[in-house]
Amino acid sequence: MSALALKNLTKTYRNGHVALRGIDLEVAEGDFFALLGPNGAGKSTAIGIIASLVNKSAGSVAVFGRDLDRDPNGVKVNIGLVPQEFNFNQFEPVEEILVNQAGFHGIPRRQAFVEAEKWLRQLELWDKRRGMARELSGGMKRRLMIARALIHRPRLLILDEPTAGVDIEIRRAMWKFLSDINRQGVTIILTTHYLEEAESLCRNIAIINHGRIVEHGGMAQLLRKLHKEHLVLNLAEAPARPPQLKGFTVIAANDASLEVEITQDCNLHDLFRQLEAQGLRVIGVRNKQNRLERIMLDMADQRKEAS
Amino acid sequence: MIRSHPWLVAYKAIVTKEILRFARIWVQTVLPPVVTTTLYFVIFGKLIGERIGDMDGFRYIDFIVPGLILMAVITNSYANVVSSFYSSKFQRHIEELIVAPVPNWVILAGYVSGGVARGLAVGCAVTIVSLIFSDLRIHSYALTLAVVLLTSILFALGGFINAIYARTFDDISIVPTFILTPLTYLGGVFYSIEMLPEFWQQASLANPLLYMINAFRHALLGVSDISPLVALLIISSFTLTLAVISLHLLAQGHGIKS
Repeated sequence: MSALALKNLTKTYRNGHVALRGIDLEVAEGDFFALLGPNGAGKSTAIGIIASLVNKSAGSVAVFGRDLDRDPNGVKVNIGLVPQEFNFNQFEPVEEILVNQAGFHGIPRRQAFVEAEKWLRQLELWDKRRGMARELSGGMKRRLMIARALIHRPRLLILDEPTAGVDIEIRRAMWKFLSDINRQGVTIILTTHYLEEAESLCRNIAIINHGRIVEHGGMAQLLRKLHKEHLVLNLAEAPARPPQLKGFTVIAANDASLEVEITQDCNLHDLFRQLEAQGLRVIGVRNKQNRLERIMLDMADQRKEAS
Repeated sequence: MIRSHPWLVAYKAIVTKEILRFARIWVQTVLPPVVTTTLYFVIFGKLIGERIGDMDGFRYIDFIVPGLILMAVITNSYANVVSSFYSSKFQRHIEELIVAPVPNWVILAGYVSGGVARGLAVGCAVTIVSLIFSDLRIHSYALTLAVVLLTSILFALGGFINAIYARTFDDISIVPTFILTPLTYLGGVFYSIEMLPEFWQQASLANPLLYMINAFRHALLGVSDISPLVALLIISSFTLTLAVISLHLLAQGHGIKS
């Protein structure tokens, strides 16, 4: 059964702006799914419709087989939403926010406190439970929203840029937490502007732009479409003159670093051998650009050319 | 163990949240109306009232007590819902309720009950203060309860509709300042409409607050310018109408959904 099935989902706002132009999307149960796209592409509108925050203009939404029009409450019990913006009462104590949310989902208050403790401990917010939400740091507020979304044990967790503005240490801790949750069987849909986040966490991906799905499939399959990559090689010493590399294109040579374009059929061993033959020793290698980022930029370029 | 229905649990959660909200800031929510009403008792009841003499067979201070209590109930029931629901829209935590499997009528009932709770809490506090200044007796317990509850529900619903339409903080103070307060003062809190010229007596009958204040005065003192039955019918019809409008607006997602 699909965790999420969107059919011909369309949204036109009152001001005439068409945010979604009939998108079809299916997310399998247990998947870790990335929904990507530039700002204003329609990601948040799609998420808003799935979570009942936005009224759709046409089309259908089904979550674990429950239709949003026919059984909205059946859809809602299965969804946990972490929105892009902080949307909790800043003047409420942290623990109360979770207990209230549990109550809205029909969990009695006594049991709600037990659930709240579990998630607050897991997300390292237990010590802050009595404090007001406004006193939390940005990273803590994000974690509070994750705890709130999980308090009723949803089967589908939707995260709309959950790591925006969070430092790398907390971001990595959140990645681990989300991976663990996913392994426990929770289907996750993630939107993010940190493309390395999507690349390392998600198995499947859809890219949305101008209200249309422009790519949909497996992450590995999509990344295979990438023909070229730019590698930055750190050399032990600066070369006296730019090296000549047969079969490779040298994009830039600055001091002790070399930027080389490689295609899918290139042999890296051959590259290192040629460099060694010219007396250049490589002491480090890194990808200049995240691969997914490259795809997104290529798509943007293609669209510009097409228009 | 019998497990409560999820909707009942959700209702209790909303009411608890609302009560904790106004209780946490009681210095802003409960204390000011008590202080203001105490001043009314001192100035209008004691200082000026003793020169006015009796009204409808009661000391002036005893005559104004029902109106002042009900005025506190009305303004606080309204203020609680309008400020709480609007701030939940403004801070967007209304989304916590929208994404949860809570029917609209439970959301409405929860917010209205929160408003009624504050209205009654302030009403009780004002009543206790009034015992210091007046000889308060209750003529009909059933009518007292019916009028105070229905009126509180009615104005909590009014606050809810105001909050749904409000787009700025100014919008939530316009109705209380320019409509509610004048209607309350002109609704016979401080006088009997029999004291007014014929034209103004008839004009006063168009003020719905007059029916509530007089019904409550009848419940406490046994005297009224209006039949309590007519008053109850009018309050009930207004309450029903506002409840239907509120549910319709919620179903449309007016002001809360794009």
